[in-house]
Amino acid sequence: MTLPATRAPEISTEDRPPSAVDLAIETVGLTKRFGGRAAVDGLQLEVPRGSVYGFLGPNGSGKTTTIRMLLGLVEPTSGTRSLLGCRVPSESATVLPRVGALVEGPAFHPYLSGRRNLARLDAADLWSDPRTASRRIDAALDRVGLLAAATKHYRAYSLGMRQRLAIAGTVLAHRDLLVLDEPTNGLDPQGTREVRHLVESLAHDGATVFISSHLLSEVEQICTHLGVMSDGRLVAQGPTQELRSRGERTVRVTTPQPTEAAEVLRGLGVSGVEVGAGEVHGTPGATEPEVIVAALVHADVRVRGFAVMTPSLEDLFVDLTGEGFDVSG
Amino acid sequence: MSVAERLSRPTRKRGRVVSTRLLRSEIGLIAGRRRNQMGLLVLAALPIVLAIAVKVSNRTAGGGPDFLDSVTSNGLFVSLAALTVEMGLFLPLAIAMLAGDAVAGEANLGTLRYLLTVPVRRTRLLVVKYASLCFGALWGVTVVAVVGAAIGIALFGTGPLTTLSGSQLPFGAASGRLVLVVLYCSAGIAALGAVGLFISTLTEQPIAATIALTIFTILSWILDGVPQLDWLHPWLIVDQWLAFADLLRDPPFWDNILRGLSVDAGYAVVFWLLAWARLAGKDITS
Ligand SMILES: Nc1ncnc2c1ncn2[C@@H]1O[C@H](COP(=O)(O)OP(=O)(O)OP(=O)(O)O)[C@@H](O)[C@H]1O
Ligand SMILES: [Mg+2]
Repeated sequence: MTLPATRAPEISTEDRPPSAVDLAIETVGLTKRFGGRAAVDGLQLEVPRGSVYGFLGPNGSGKTTTIRMLLGLVEPTSGTRSLLGCRVPSESATVLPRVGALVEGPAFHPYLSGRRNLARLDAADLWSDPRTASRRIDAALDRVGLLAAATKHYRAYSLGMRQRLAIAGTVLAHRDLLVLDEPTNGLDPQGTREVRHLVESLAHDGATVFISSHLLSEVEQICTHLGVMSDGRLVAQGPTQELRSRGERTVRVTTPQPTEAAEVLRGLGVSGVEVGAGEVHGTPGATEPEVIVAALVHADVRVRGFAVMTPSLEDLFVDLTGEGFDVSG
Repeated sequence: MSVAERLSRPTRKRGRVVSTRLLRSEIGLIAGRRRNQMGLLVLAALPIVLAIAVKVSNRTAGGGPDFLDSVTSNGLFVSLAALTVEMGLFLPLAIAMLAGDAVAGEANLGTLRYLLTVPVRRTRLLVVKYASLCFGALWGVTVVAVVGAAIGIALFGTGPLTTLSGSQLPFGAASGRLVLVVLYCSAGIAALGAVGLFISTLTEQPIAATIALTIFTILSWILDGVPQLDWLHPWLIVDQWLAFADLLRDPPFWDNILRGLSVDAGYAVVFWLLAWARLAGKDITS
């Protein structure tokens, strides 16, 4: 099963008046070429306000490049982008203070402590109040569990501690939008779970969270929306539930009478019926599961088990981005 | 939970237009870095070595030469001698290290992308970075002058200073002249810092920027020493650097000083603008 590559981006750009939907991130035809090769190609991102948006894609698919363009670090070859309704880069100065960002891993001064590194970021922010700085810095460190290591030199931090410090930097002040590029990279299981809780609490406070990742398992539990990148293009985008239901459901009937069961299923228009040992599989299409169960019982087929299986997001992800291991270069 | 609640208050005051916080943070970063502290020690060591050498040779000369006596009659001489030596290479090297850190260093660490997303506008970043380089220039020159004066006064006392015109300046007036010399030398080093700032926007390797600026300085000195290129000399940044000696005439001879300052200002403006042109549209992929 392969979804047509252009399906998702086309969903709503045609018939939607430009700013009717309240979007935290919106890009139109966002393209970046390095040399001749497009790292990001005609991206139409639509991240609704208040959503937790999982931005998925294999290595080298253009996630970080997209994030750099969103934040005004990299100028797109063509296309436009806006954050919280403000154009980037022309309105960056007014919108970026409301955006917390983690871009391609942590980066700090090695010979400053974690706390002093955060103090430097806070000092750079014209919007932050110096009187509350130390309180906010401690709160941010506390939030990522780094308070005990706050005075250690950054150089002496482990990979996970560095990542935590970078996350602390994104919550130094009140944010309406968080753009997190692989926030759980290098974190231990507790750290991963804490990031999940943090994202949930930020979302609960009303922030929109945009998380890039290549680990489906870490985002599928918390994301309300997903976008899937493959080789610079957005191949699917939408609410998680909608994407999940896109894959075709299959039913499995466990029964000592597989032949009879198969007859009933075929009679209901179920396609691809396969008879196994004590089992029958099929793709019900539009036929509702309860109709199938009723028909089986009505036909006196002894049913020991009945299951409706939706494909996992991981299957969908692999379908969309390809099985291959090699990075497309 | 109370802290988190306070954090999540829905509004934030709009930003101020100017703030010295980033500049203070920048100066703290420069002053706090161990390597810079070591560099400052090296700068400070030279006048000490120089003063001791003069003192020792004076003693061993034995015959009591009048000329050396008159020069060593005022300790401020050590500052001037040390600045003459250090303007050649040590002070340019020091500003080259700071300039390498300024943009290339931040790019190399990756902190540049985080500063820009705070956000710090690129123009503001270059203003703050250049201000901190100017501070570094003033700081380095001042350390050389103050250490030189301290050791000089300790070894040679505070007698009147014989000007290059032959007249004598009392110690107080001589100190005033030294302050002018410090400001003049700082202006030269700060102008070189603008060149360094520009080079720093060209690379992500701070050491490359440092080396490039050092080569630029040495080349300038070499060209300045080639008589056949005298048409070029007025345009070289180093050409009038040692004109600070003119501040020790009585009265001070201003022509070369003013010419030097205008060359410094020209370099500072042109190279700061080049740095801006380079950084303003650059993709930050570090
Ligand atoms: N500065 C650059 N110069 C040239 N090509 C680049 C540059 N930055 C990124 N690319 C290319 O753009 C493509 C997308 O890279 P990007 O870093 O956005 O991928 P990603 O989705 O973030 O990958 P990962 O999951 O590994 O972080 C890659 O093919 C990469 O080689
Ligand atoms: Mg990436």
